[in-house]
Amino acid sequence: MNNFTPVSALVGGVLIGLSASLLLWVNGRIAGVSGVLGGLLPPRAGEQTWRLLFLAGLVLGAGGYLALTGTPAPIRQGFPVPLLLLAGFLTGFGTTRANGCTSGHGVCGLARLSLRSLAATVTFPGVAMVTTYVLRHVAGVGA
Amino acid sequence: MSLQQSVLRGASSLVAGVLFGVGLAVAQMTDPAKVLGFLDVTGAWDASLLLVLGGAVVFSAAVFGWVLHQPAPVLDEHFHLPKSAAIDARLISGAAIFGVGWGIAGYCPGPAIASLGFANSEALWLLPALLVGAALQRWIDQFDHPRAAWQTTSLDV
Repeated sequence: MNNFTPVSALVGGVLIGLSASLLLWVNGRIAGVSGVLGGLLPPRAGEQTWRLLFLAGLVLGAGGYLALTGTPAPIRQGFPVPLLLLAGFLTGFGTTRANGCTSGHGVCGLARLSLRSLAATVTFPGVAMVTTYVLRHVAGVGA
Repeated sequence: MSLQQSVLRGASSLVAGVLFGVGLAVAQMTDPAKVLGFLDVTGAWDASLLLVLGGAVVFSAAVFGWVLHQPAPVLDEHFHLPKSAAIDARLISGAAIFGVGWGIAGYCPGPAIASLGFANSEALWLLPALLVGAALQRWIDQFDHPRAAWQTTSLDV
């Protein structure tokens, strides 16, 4: 547990909760990133603007925080590009199939006490843990 | 909807996005090494991600309880909530496939997009592939589940 950062984790978590609360209270929308992004794929009149602005805010917020606080950007070197492509493809396919990701099911779904989201939120980290184990400790990639 | 309402709606989306992005950056969730430190339970396990999720869920649950008892959101006529409550093979297989992707590289969709904010070149590979995966599932849905794909998905989480 040598990298455990409980305070910044809780502060960051509460900020994410604040974001989800604001978007639901004011706009009536779920702050699920895969859903917000996925809604841009088949064009729907009148639904594009808030999605694009939310995603732009996500980029500005993360980049702006690092820039303003002088925090070094977490850039990983040498991770295999084919694995990035595979990971991206599976993430896009899987989150569309499950109608949600860490934010939609993990944050907003659990906060709505949805059993469907609970089932998803038990499944994807569990499978991810097995995947990371196999990749790092069996195949020896990226450890 | 008036022009003023449209502007306020957009502003609130932008502010929500910024808060989300700052939260991810503060919690170091934009660092795939940090995320993999949580997923790698047999390594030097880092439980931070649990506290990020826990903090977000507890805060949101407290506020959602009040928000969802309001007749409508501030700037819309109704809440856009997921319609499905089904725990079925589609949900579990989708979550499992996503889990494989997450476990490979350490990116879920939020941090992948947020990391464009510091020109992370990994995101430039991962995100187009993510869009291809999402588009493929939608394309398949046209044949298998026309209702599921085109009606519930857009309003789902």
